[in-house]
Amino acid sequence: MELVFVILIDGLVYGLLLFMLSSGLTLIFSMMGVLNFAHASFYMLGAYFAYQISTYLGFWPGLLVAPLIVGIAGAGVERYGLRKVHQYGHVPELIFTFGLALLIEEIVQFFWGKNQVPYDAPEVLQFALFSIGTNEIQAYKVFMIAISVLIFLCLLYVLTKTRVGMIIQAALSYPRTVEALGHNVPFIFMGVFGVGTALAGLAGVIAGPQLGTFPGMAILLGSIVFVTIVIGGLGSLWGALVASLLIGWMTTFAASYNLAMADILMALGFEMPEEMSESALRDLWTLTLPQIGPILPYLLMVVILVFRPYGLFGKRDA
Amino acid sequence: MTDTTSTISQKRSYGGMTTGAVAPWIICTVLLVLLPYVFQSSSALTIMNQMAITIVFALAYNMLLGQGGMLSFGHAVYMGMGGFMCMHVMNWVEAESIPLPLPFLPLFGGLFGLGMATIIGAFSTRAAGTVFAMISLGIGELIASCSVIIVAFFGGEEGVSGDRTYGLPVFGYEFLTKIEVYYLTAGWLVLSALLMYLFSRTPVGRMANAVRDNPERAQFLGYSSRWVRFYSFCASGFFCGVAGGLFAINFEILTEENLNLATSGSILLITFLGGVGFFFGPIIGAIVFTLLQSVLSLQTELWQMYVGALFVLTVMYFPGGLAGVIMMHAAPYKLGKLKDLIVPYIKTVLPAAVGILGLACFCEIMFHYKHAAVGEDDMSLFGYVFSTHSVLPWVVVISVTVVSFLIARRNAPELRDTWANSNILTPKKDGGAQ
Amino acid sequence: MLKKTTFGVAAAMAMTMSASVAFADTVKIAFVDPLSGPFSPTGTNGLAEFEFAAEKLVNEKGGVLGGDMFEIVGFDNKMSPKESLIQLQVAIDQGVRYIAQGNSSGIAHAITDAVNKHNKRNPDDRVLFLNYAAVDPALTNDACNFWHFRFDANADIKMDALTDVMAKDESLKKVYVIGQDYSFGKAVAAAAVSNLAEKRPDVEIVGNELHPIGKVKDFTPYARKIVSSGADAVITGNWGADMVGLGKAIIDAGFEGPIYTYYGASNGITRTFGEQGTGHIFLVSEGAVNPPASDRMIEYVEGFEAKYPDHDITQPRIANTIEMLAKAINEAGSATDVVKVATALEGMEHDSIWGGKLFMRPQDHQIIQNVDIQEHTDQDIMFKMDASQWGMKMASEVEMAGMDSPTTCKMERP
Repeated sequence: MELVFVILIDGLVYGLLLFMLSSGLTLIFSMMGVLNFAHASFYMLGAYFAYQISTYLGFWPGLLVAPLIVGIAGAGVERYGLRKVHQYGHVPELIFTFGLALLIEEIVQFFWGKNQVPYDAPEVLQFALFSIGTNEIQAYKVFMIAISVLIFLCLLYVLTKTRVGMIIQAALSYPRTVEALGHNVPFIFMGVFGVGTALAGLAGVIAGPQLGTFPGMAILLGSIVFVTIVIGGLGSLWGALVASLLIGWMTTFAASYNLAMADILMALGFEMPEEMSESALRDLWTLTLPQIGPILPYLLMVVILVFRPYGLFGKRDA
Repeated sequence: MTDTTSTISQKRSYGGMTTGAVAPWIICTVLLVLLPYVFQSSSALTIMNQMAITIVFALAYNMLLGQGGMLSFGHAVYMGMGGFMCMHVMNWVEAESIPLPLPFLPLFGGLFGLGMATIIGAFSTRAAGTVFAMISLGIGELIASCSVIIVAFFGGEEGVSGDRTYGLPVFGYEFLTKIEVYYLTAGWLVLSALLMYLFSRTPVGRMANAVRDNPERAQFLGYSSRWVRFYSFCASGFFCGVAGGLFAINFEILTEENLNLATSGSILLITFLGGVGFFFGPIIGAIVFTLLQSVLSLQTELWQMYVGALFVLTVMYFPGGLAGVIMMHAAPYKLGKLKDLIVPYIKTVLPAAVGILGLACFCEIMFHYKHAAVGEDDMSLFGYVFSTHSVLPWVVVISVTVVSFLIARRNAPELRDTWANSNILTPKKDGGAQ
Repeated sequence: MLKKTTFGVAAAMAMTMSASVAFADTVKIAFVDPLSGPFSPTGTNGLAEFEFAAEKLVNEKGGVLGGDMFEIVGFDNKMSPKESLIQLQVAIDQGVRYIAQGNSSGIAHAITDAVNKHNKRNPDDRVLFLNYAAVDPALTNDACNFWHFRFDANADIKMDALTDVMAKDESLKKVYVIGQDYSFGKAVAAAAVSNLAEKRPDVEIVGNELHPIGKVKDFTPYARKIVSSGADAVITGNWGADMVGLGKAIIDAGFEGPIYTYYGASNGITRTFGEQGTGHIFLVSEGAVNPPASDRMIEYVEGFEAKYPDHDITQPRIANTIEMLAKAINEAGSATDVVKVATALEGMEHDSIWGGKLFMRPQDHQIIQNVDIQEHTDQDIMFKMDASQWGMKMASEVEMAGMDSPTTCKMERP
């Protein structure tokens, strides 16, 4: 039972981290229609910038400065790259971000090398805050939760309670009308792209010490972020939150419980084959839940798209 | 083959093929037959075979992307599954001594790819756009992951391997040597390219274009856009499977790599690089990309950076891909003004090319400076050997780069003017982008 | 359109040709491993080790056959079986007779199969496959062939040595086995279970599981299970980012015991574990550099560290590979007749630069050598790793590990 609590906390950490990435992506996606494949690359840039800053000034300045740099870089990419490609349509935009992701990975390797870099949590947070049973919960994890929740509240406030948020929401649904009302829609796009990438950068800053800072970290997280926003429904902040937590807990629970297919099959009345190595279905019999845990979100996405193409919380067709 | 599948096609070639349409095919076939006499080494043949396989795959992919407007992120699945099936058929032929001649093997791959596409297309083609793209991503990831889990069929990490030489000899050929395999592959390449081209001329192929451009209007005309997409998807799956079969024959091994998202992503890039708006676009893309991957990587560790930069620049400045760049010259050619462009090209494109090369040299020198072993300061570029720790090479490379970019920039307006002039008297066109 | 084909291929061929200016009296060894992409750190490090070994151990001593020099040619296989086979063909066309590869047993399977077919179909330019790191036991068992030589202890031998050492620990009661879900991970798990059952029937395997390779973002849930199971020790065959992620998560979760790994050191891993790893991370490998076995070895490692400050001696067996190949070529009296070289390698005994003896077992071409259990520490070490203050120190050694391990290899000799 105590393991359940631990898993709930771990899943929350992972889910909220996904949310920081997907919230920015879902805004960008729904506003500009861009499948930004480089989103996770900005997450990686955040981690690397923060690592570089932390070698000079320590962890805390990196926490503030790195997301800013990433946001500025993101806005620059929108202004000088995407905007140019935008006129050609969505597929070229996508290819652009695809190529950009390749390029960012190579640039990171060029400057920081191909090995994992020693980017660590700050000393003050490197202790076990409390333990449930034999499992320790590191203070840094609680810090991650706090930052993510803070970001969510800020986003919610800005989007629903401020004038800027109103304009963004309007631009999401009726960009032409908003433009006709005299708002600078390209500037809003740039701003949203910048903020979205800055959020991804912040996610990188706090996830780097936990999940490792290495050139493959972007690819590892890249497609799951898309899955999250599609499951949640495009453009929906709440959808992104729910889907992130769902995926976080789902993968964490799947990794934690060694549910074996053999048990299920036998419970269903099938008989285990005598000669396992000869059976054509041997892989099915030996399957366990942790083996397939990381691909469960993809399965969920396909099922949801087939039956509810606009996702859990989406209002319009993806 | 030179006329385009997009709306700007000026010839009326809806019906049968005219002499003008047949000529490129004959020329291509003759060239394919003659190529091995020029490039005789086994590695050249291997690379050409790899190119041929990629061409079939890219053409099949473009049946969806270019002709049907469907973006798939998991298309490696159909090629991979076809290939795995062929591998199993190949091993089965060997074990049971079934008289199946090797050249028919890709047909099994095609049929299996078709079967897979029928099953998955049944639900994934109901919608176009993002829903289709994301379903393809999900399916791609699921099947790629399954390939490591289901060892009985996919062979786990080491994959499934076989030996192509146990089939029935065809006219005395046992396919022991690369050259025999090359002609087999080339034969299938011509056959499948021709069939895919003819498919694009059938009513279904034409309707795919219509559904791509305006699904509502196609619906009003009485066509179900969903079924049109489904047919394109199945046809594409078939040819992907053929490509998988050719892969099985060439490499005699299939692994998880043939199914994973990286392969799916690279075929998207290849097709786009070549140009999705033209039938021959993917062919160019496949050739260029294979060369970059297999040959440029022998020269430099930074090849992926160059490839990434190439994609970003292509999509920013030439959204019609390499084929689009070539077809941009169709209008000046028809007006007889192509020769006017030669001098401005030399004055602008040549310095720009030198500048880009200079930039690449700069990256290489910096990389060498950062990563070479202590005491090994010397590096060689284009046959010159120099020390990266001395100032001169840096100065030379930087100044050459800067100067040539400045020249290119100074001469660019002239090129722009000449270009505009040489296109006069023709309706403005979009360079083939969709 | 096909004009372009010719032109492109012409350019390509010109480029390949320029790369293959053949010297009459060099012995070329193709190094086919990832030199770009996420797996390249191990690849580039291995290439540096090969180049240094060839230079220091062969060329500086006058080469082989009275003056022929070794040349290492790097080929980037991008960790892809398909690209490996293409690069293998390019290498063979350049006149290479010796193929060195190690990263990923999957690729090793593809190469050994391709080499076997190539040698059968082209008896005039046969090649040898020097496997310096792919440790799937099948390569010297069911999938063995005459052209393949393995210079690393295979997964079973390493596990045999590791469990020998673990069995001596009386306090050990519960062991957790975790690995990546593919052939090597499964081989490690199977060997751990069978070895422990034989040597310490009282030890309980409290967990034996596989996770998807390269797909797990957060290892915390796995770590929680390990801690909750009350295990005293963990065994894992993980490598790369999966190794660091798992190790850090286990230690973060409050695990106190040792984590026995196959690849838990170097290429940034040692530096990333840092202080956390002390007392936790153990490595089973050959050729421990701390403490040094001889002056010759000190000179060699110091020379390497001076020349390649960014790299470390992470695969000591590479030096063995080069030395034994040179010896075999000299014995065979020819570098081009690979059948003679292979015959000379079979059954060869050699004094390793890392101390101890090497023996190339003739029946399956598996090398037999001393296997060390090393610990991650910053105390009493001469050679550090990853430009950090940590390194690996020998904790115990099993001499000539797996000397009489069984093999199912039925080798067909030409």
